[in-house]
Amino acid sequence: MRVIGRVAINVFRESVRDKVLYNLVVFAVLLIATSYLIGQLTAGQDIKVIKDLGLAAISIFGVAIAVFIGIGLVWKEVDKRSIYSILAKPVRRSEFVLGKYCGLVLTLFVNVVVMTLAFYAVLAYMNWKTDPMIRAAWPAPALDIRMLSAIALIFVELALVTGIALFFSTFSSPFLSAMLTLGLWVSGQFSGDLRNFDQVLQSPVAVWMAKGLYYILPAFSAFDVKAQVVYGLPVGARYMALTSAYGVAYLALTLLAAVMVFSRRDFK
Amino acid sequence: MDAISTNGLTKHYTLGFWRPRPYVALDSLTLQVGQGEVFGFLGPNGAGKTTTLKLLLQLTFPTSGHAEILGRPVGDLSVRRRIGYLPEQPYFYDYLTAEELLDYFGGLFGLGATERKKRADALLEEVGIGGERRMPLGKFSKGMLQRVGIAQALLNEPEVLFFDEPMSGLDPLGRREIRQLILRLRDRGCTVFFSSHVLSDAEALCNRVAIMARGRLVTSGALSELQHFQARGWELIMAGVSESALERARTVGDVVKVTRLGQDRVSLELPLAPSPDRMLAELCAHGAQLISLTPVRESLEEFFVREVAAAPGASRLDRAS
Repeated sequence: MRVIGRVAINVFRESVRDKVLYNLVVFAVLLIATSYLIGQLTAGQDIKVIKDLGLAAISIFGVAIAVFIGIGLVWKEVDKRSIYSILAKPVRRSEFVLGKYCGLVLTLFVNVVVMTLAFYAVLAYMNWKTDPMIRAAWPAPALDIRMLSAIALIFVELALVTGIALFFSTFSSPFLSAMLTLGLWVSGQFSGDLRNFDQVLQSPVAVWMAKGLYYILPAFSAFDVKAQVVYGLPVGARYMALTSAYGVAYLALTLLAAVMVFSRRDFK
Repeated sequence: MDAISTNGLTKHYTLGFWRPRPYVALDSLTLQVGQGEVFGFLGPNGAGKTTTLKLLLQLTFPTSGHAEILGRPVGDLSVRRRIGYLPEQPYFYDYLTAEELLDYFGGLFGLGATERKKRADALLEEVGIGGERRMPLGKFSKGMLQRVGIAQALLNEPEVLFFDEPMSGLDPLGRREIRQLILRLRDRGCTVFFSSHVLSDAEALCNRVAIMARGRLVTSGALSELQHFQARGWELIMAGVSESALERARTVGDVVKVTRLGQDRVSLELPLAPSPDRMLAELCAHGAQLISLTPVRESLEEFFVREVAAAPGASRLDRAS
């Protein structure tokens, strides 16, 4: 655990000193502020638009950070050969991979927290400046705590995307890793549709393939409860627990695969 | 117990995607390095030196054969607590300072914060970059990175050190400092295994050398014991040698070659036998002064070129199949 912690802290330090990361955070904050401006133009619906855009920004920028830093986590160390000095020390390859993963998840956690704080700050300002009569017409309170359920599931989704990006980064180039990770993320958004393909397809083979893909592909759509929370609809504790457990199980398998691939790899 | 031992260590890589063919990077290397030795692992580019080092550090896995460090298999984690490694042309994290890098690596060895700081300070001073300890490594020159690489390799006070081209990127002053450092490490009882194609470094530092070519061990042993390095003649340098004295000298013994060096000096190349004593006495009797008398040996460079050229020529692709 000590080694994993040391590697993770170094990844976090790299992220903090990486200007690209700062730009992403600043951009996310700017987007949330922009959502406020858009809300100004849509009478009555302003708070919903702000919530929609804010949650979407937290998700999209989190995925961007997870993918574009995740794909370089291991690849960069191998390409620059800094890994030679690390693995010549009493460091197991599994510890190195898990340390890299934990470092990026820590970075994402800090980012999500910063973005969430900025998001709630915009909402608090909106709440403060809006007439109580108009506030009463909103579908849900501006500072609705239930939105944290959506943000928590976004974080589990980001942790899984990071694991997938890391897995691909243990054996392929950054470009290919990015394409594969983003491909899985996009297809995972439609996993619910795959399950219901039997209602629109005639061919049993196609239905069987769609079902197979549904079970193999990560069901990222399950982590998306944004539409519910912006209307103030609750997300059940059971749904939260099961979805989180699914994410953690998928993540564990992904990390196991990453460790297995990396442990057998020759560094030429 | 040997510091390093390999037995039939072999590594094949696969070349080509559509029609993969094995390529012999290292072919049945059997080698022993004793504790406290400075061992030179020599060979031209592509000889298999770096492949051997990577196998010893388990950065790659052998196709066949076995390697041990300090009596333990190379994959043993406890071995890595007792070794240090300087990669060829090392790269470290641009965003860290030299001090932070050593702190990070010290943590991987489980050293406490106080001990990490103490060792980092001492090592950065020892390799001559104490003044730049808080400068980001991204701003370091190649030579400075090499020095940081050496410092990180020494962080755990290793018993066995692996240096891959340690003089690479260093200016003459830096090379001399690193030579002195290696000799100090030897005096402390540390085993130093270094790969190089700079033969003068090996001549100056090594107890023993191994010479590699095309993935195979060509020869190994102490420089003084390898028969190629036995004296094959003498070089006599005299001052104030007149033509008549030179003629007289030729009657006393064979002179292989005479070279005028300027400033009244002459170099005489003599065979190993007979002994140069009579020649020297004859010349001194005619007013010449002795400047130097040295045995002539084949240089490591001459040996290297000859042996590498004579190494088995079979394609490394053919050998693998």
